[in-house]
Amino acid sequence: MTGSEVEVSGLEVAVEATGALIVDDVSLRLASGHVMGVVGESGSGKSTLALAMLGYAKQGARISAGHVVVDGVDLLSLSERELRAVRGRKVAYVPQDPATALNPALSIRTQLTEGLGRRREVSLPALRELLRAVGLPDDDGFLKRRPRELSGGQQQRIAIAMAIAADPRLVVFDEPTTGLDVSTQARVLELVRRLCRERSMAAVYVSHDLAVVADVADTVIVMYAGQVVEAGPTRDVITRPNHPYTRALLAAVPSVGERHRLIPIRGRAPAVGDATPGCSYAPRCGFAIDACRTADPPLAATSGGRLVRCIRHEELAAKPSVTDRVPDLRAAAAGDGDFLRVSGLSAYYAGRQVLSDVSFGLARGECLAVVGESGSGKTTMSRCLIGLHGEQEGDYRFDGAAMPARAERRSASTRRQLQYVFQNPYGSLNPRRSIEQNLTAPTRDLLGMDAEASRRRAREVLDRVEIPAALLARYPGELSGGQLQRVAIARALACEPKLLLCDEVTSALDVSVQASVVELLRSLLDDGLSMIFVTHNLAVVRSIADRVIVLNGGRIVESGGTEEVLSAPTHPYTQALMTDTLDVPKSTSI
Amino acid sequence: MDIPSGSPTAGRASRAPGMARRFLRSGQVRLGVGLVLATTAFALLGPLLTPFDPLRSVSMAYAPPDAAHPLGTDNLGRDVLSRLMAGGIHLAWMAPAAAILGVGSGAAIGMIAAFRGGIVDAVLMRTMDVLLAFPGILFALLFVSIVGPQPWLLILITAIALMPGCARVIRGATLPFTASEFVLWGRAVGLAPRRILVGEILPNVTSPLMVEFGIRLMLAVGLLASLSFIGYGIQAPTPDWGLMVSENRSGLSIQPLAVVAPIIFIVLYTVGGNLIAEGAARVIGRTEGKVR
Repeated sequence: MTGSEVEVSGLEVAVEATGALIVDDVSLRLASGHVMGVVGESGSGKSTLALAMLGYAKQGARISAGHVVVDGVDLLSLSERELRAVRGRKVAYVPQDPATALNPALSIRTQLTEGLGRRREVSLPALRELLRAVGLPDDDGFLKRRPRELSGGQQQRIAIAMAIAADPRLVVFDEPTTGLDVSTQARVLELVRRLCRERSMAAVYVSHDLAVVADVADTVIVMYAGQVVEAGPTRDVITRPNHPYTRALLAAVPSVGERHRLIPIRGRAPAVGDATPGCSYAPRCGFAIDACRTADPPLAATSGGRLVRCIRHEELAAKPSVTDRVPDLRAAAAGDGDFLRVSGLSAYYAGRQVLSDVSFGLARGECLAVVGESGSGKTTMSRCLIGLHGEQEGDYRFDGAAMPARAERRSASTRRQLQYVFQNPYGSLNPRRSIEQNLTAPTRDLLGMDAEASRRRAREVLDRVEIPAALLARYPGELSGGQLQRVAIARALACEPKLLLCDEVTSALDVSVQASVVELLRSLLDDGLSMIFVTHNLAVVRSIADRVIVLNGGRIVESGGTEEVLSAPTHPYTQALMTDTLDVPKSTSI
Repeated sequence: MDIPSGSPTAGRASRAPGMARRFLRSGQVRLGVGLVLATTAFALLGPLLTPFDPLRSVSMAYAPPDAAHPLGTDNLGRDVLSRLMAGGIHLAWMAPAAAILGVGSGAAIGMIAAFRGGIVDAVLMRTMDVLLAFPGILFALLFVSIVGPQPWLLILITAIALMPGCARVIRGATLPFTASEFVLWGRAVGLAPRRILVGEILPNVTSPLMVEFGIRLMLAVGLLASLSFIGYGIQAPTPDWGLMVSENRSGLSIQPLAVVAPIIFIVLYTVGGNLIAEGAARVIGRTEGKVR
């Protein structure tokens, strides 16, 4: 190992108004050429930490203490002007969404020269060199393109090129692959690793995705409530987690390799400023003892160069890992069912064909996963199924009778029995109506219940999705993403559906929350509900679906039982998808 | 995927009570509410409390203010204070009536146009554009000449003049919600379109609607007062603020109060209304920013 390139000590970021800490006393060292992963769920302070390492705090927040030494210079001791000079040259940033980070009006060439600074005249050969370094074409035609003419992966490569242009010593990546398809993600991760090695840069890679961090990072820190709860070499931390939170996080992650029960983390992560005495994770921890609730545990070094913030870490290290996976053996329904039968479905979008001749069947009580990457036509297909897509041809049979294509033509009972849950939990409920009003709207209008009966029904379905009835009077803006998604499912259940169509329902959620939603859906399947689960996430497919169809370019390229398709894919596209999908390395019990 | 930025994270919902409180905390809004309440009360209660009969001459024409007639007399020797007190009632009920009618129909048209889209949208909005191209006063001249200055006609004409602008704004406010997932859901499960418009979309556009109402109410006051001024509104000898301005303008140099007093009341009322509308727009802007 070379000397430490980056040294952070006692870093604190506080909310300006209240002084509550978002990042609480973080210290770390990072050697050049190495990638450090920062893992945590929403609100854990991981992004704030990443920005603070660039000497930057979002509006309303302030870096209140600490040092960030990069290449011998303490960024936090610099004036705003000196800091500007250092940004780009010593430290650089790659944001989550390249589409908003790049100026849509500027060509790639202008974009990159701006990044290099106006004063320095950038030679064209240097630009081409830079583009080649990030694996992009370097011809004149490409240099003239605008960001929107590039794919998401290419945009992210441009953002990376802009970051590394001035040869910084530290690059902070803030979830750069979150919006990308798995194959694109795999290539971008490879690029990140290669660039760090070749240019001996240090990199901080922030992500909520444990599989991604396991793949790209040499060392990892796990954040919870603004603190580092565990840090160490990636492989050790992921396969032999010592902190209860890391263990719980790993138990919540679905695996592509095998189906197992996902174990959600109970309770909710504390919000900034919710300081409780003792360990911040104690209220949700299965191992908490009285001592945990009285004193703040120190970040203690363990054997093997690890840091753990838990007073019981030695006992836990000796205990068999809780991430031992409980296999789930739901009997899969066999064959092509005919509860819902789709034949010869083709759909067009502004005259362009996006689905060609899609046919499949679904048995009663079965869960069928529709897998595809962006542009595969999976969203169009789900819109067709609920009758909201206009340009389509094909036949549907639902529950033994022909079903018209358009929602308006379908019978009231069909519309009630076929329910839809959307991807974005924040958009699927009416923000200006209370949870109760959101839930009673369908029962009053579709089932013709009176006010009293529909309120009772709202309580029942809310109870079914394990949301306390106290939230009935709240508004969607007051609930977390996971709670909202449960309410959206409850609203579907209120209509007594026979088939639930779930469109990427877990992709906006944290893993621990995703686990609880997947387990909820699985329990609904056990109740006899049929389900179509549209997703790009193969691990979630493995954990919930009985059968899979794989969509590529608007066609079904492979279909069959989940086990056979994911274990022994026959189509090259499915094979590539499986290769590019990252899995968290299996934990080993000690 | 992380939560898209700008989404509510936790605990901060916007609800009517909270918004009303924030709204009333602004000094500007309080001043506006005070002005509107005071002028409206004056216009509504005034007719009951007039010291003299507003229709009868009590002195010589254009008499300067004295103890008995603190605002002097007008062109026919009638008491200006009495005419001022009795002359606000028409504006006080006709302007809100016209605004409710105009904003209501405009909002309905805007929401239907946005929700239906396609040909319905095109036909409705082009019709609104045509209406927008005619100055409201021109309509008034045309129809009042034919039918005569009936109160219901004045209200109708004012409402029609207010409608197209409101339809435009509300269509714009509705548009983002027609593609939102809770509306798609409503369509998929087969909620009646009327039910989706009123139950799902309307609560989300109430804020721009309130702002619109404030602005359009003031436009209605201006339009009605102008109609009176040019003699197409309330007819002499009925006391009316707009009419008073036109009746007494020949005596402006001798007895300016007969003209200035009604103008001051119209100004106080409109300025008050504008302060409220502007304050509402600012508070709502802040709240919306948090909600979406």
